[in-house]
Amino acid sequence: MSILLNDITLRYGQRILLEGVSTSFPQASLTALIGRNGTGKSTLLRAIAGLGPASGTVELCGRPLAALSARERATTLSFVTTDKVRIANLACEEVVAFGRAPYTDWIGHLQEEDRTIVERSLQLVGMESFARKTMDRMSDGECQRVMIARALAQDTPIILLDEPTAFLDLPNRYALALLLRKLAHEERKCILFSTHDLDIALSLCDTIALLDTPHLHHLPAGEMVRSGLIERLFAGENLQFDPQHRSVRMRQG
Amino acid sequence: MKRPTLLFTLLGILTLGLFIVDLAVGSVAIPLGEVWAALTGGACDPTTSDIILKIRLMKAITAVLAGAALAASGLEMQTLFRNPLAGPYVLGISSGASLGVALFLLGAPLLGISGHSFVQSLGIAGAAWIGSAVVLAVVMIVSRRIKDIMVILILGMMFGSGISSVVEILQYLSNEAALKSFVIWTMGSLGDVTAGQLKLLLPVVAAGLILAVAVIKPLNLLLLGENYARTMGLNIPRTRSLIFLSTVLLAGTVTAFCGPVGFIGLAVPHLARMLFASADHRVLMPASMLVGAALLLVCDLAAKSLALPINTITALLGIPVVIIVVIRNRSIF
Repeated sequence: MSILLNDITLRYGQRILLEGVSTSFPQASLTALIGRNGTGKSTLLRAIAGLGPASGTVELCGRPLAALSARERATTLSFVTTDKVRIANLACEEVVAFGRAPYTDWIGHLQEEDRTIVERSLQLVGMESFARKTMDRMSDGECQRVMIARALAQDTPIILLDEPTAFLDLPNRYALALLLRKLAHEERKCILFSTHDLDIALSLCDTIALLDTPHLHHLPAGEMVRSGLIERLFAGENLQFDPQHRSVRMRQG
Repeated sequence: MKRPTLLFTLLGILTLGLFIVDLAVGSVAIPLGEVWAALTGGACDPTTSDIILKIRLMKAITAVLAGAALAASGLEMQTLFRNPLAGPYVLGISSGASLGVALFLLGAPLLGISGHSFVQSLGIAGAAWIGSAVVLAVVMIVSRRIKDIMVILILGMMFGSGISSVVEILQYLSNEAALKSFVIWTMGSLGDVTAGQLKLLLPVVAAGLILAVAVIKPLNLLLLGENYARTMGLNIPRTRSLIFLSTVLLAGTVTAFCGPVGFIGLAVPHLARMLFASADHRVLMPASMLVGAALLLVCDLAAKSLALPINTITALLGIPVVIIVVIRNRSIF
């Protein structure tokens, strides 16, 4: 198992977000983490990445997170956060090359192998023609791809992404999710991303992790559709989930 | 030749040229030929040789060290705080050092402490380190809690004002001799650095610069923000401590011996970014050091020709850069 959660309890201040959650995410799988605003999707991702506190144990590739050194973590898991990176004079390939940081020397000198990996990472996300362009003049979708290329260059079996499809238009959302699916299956990565795009999550992901405070329901996408859990997510709102079309619509009348 | 290599070569030649010219210019103009003779031990009038080697050389070396030191610490501050207007002077770190020096220069005579000149230098430096470290620590703690970049700048300005009032109270309470030495110090001068002080200034600034070079890779990772830096394996507490130590050694020591020199730390990293069109600290760090050294030599030349305090000149050169940065407001972070 790439990610193993054992009896995880998450708090935000005094509030309990998750209680006693145990589940696992295998390699070569794409999982969408869904749930309402404020249910702790980011907090859970941060806990798995070791950026935030959680009680219980997180295991990455068979080893407890707490026992991993900073460098071991960096070679096991990469994270695409919601932080905007728009730095003047910083070229895409330089950003992607930062992903090689756990492998380079004290000043970050790139070896021939590192350069090849940077180039390949840009190719995988379809951004090779942007290598010399700077990120302050690119669209949100392009920037998101470059940040994913950076995560790929970090060459980790696990990739976490926090709302990678936010700020993207509809075609770009699908394109990005398809890219993640391809990376999960072809590069055999364990990819977990949070999203609000229910139809993308249900149609393109292998499994869905649904945050329903204080539980985390983790099921294959098809089972999740039939489980009735998604309907419950919108209970009390003027919305209806249609399992047949895997989409949400306004309740009529 | 690649653009950075070419620029580094040109900057190196420029700095060396300015260094030699700085030796020639002063209250007595000395022809460049004689400057060269004095430096290389050639045939030269002993008085001229003394002026060059015992006075002007100290001053020029101090200018190079101070320029490189302030620029390097400015670059570290800008990246650490993700704030294009950060610098040791603006953040109040130089003010902290001033307070330390004021307490030492004005307070020590009150307590009846006076000693050997090296002890005196060490006292000034130590007081400046403590003062700058205290201010930097407060700024870092506040910046952990409040992410707004303006808050940090305002805090720095408050420090500056608060500290100058405290210093004025100290001046009011002080005797004439102590007051005089302090007032001369505040004017900011590269000329008062003696060979004895240089023995302390040189190794400490060198240590600070080595630390600044050692954090080049961490600074690059910090460009993407702390979260990204952490997931790429950066040890944040260790990096913060190294940058803290480096800045205190660089900005504190320079302030101790040259007085408060403003705007070099803020302006030079921007000049380096414009010149090299780069955000990579492997380029920016050495570039800032070189540009800083060259710029402070220029300031020293101007200060000598116009008989003005160095701080006046650096402010005149630095403020336009601040205005350009504010107006262009490009996303540096």
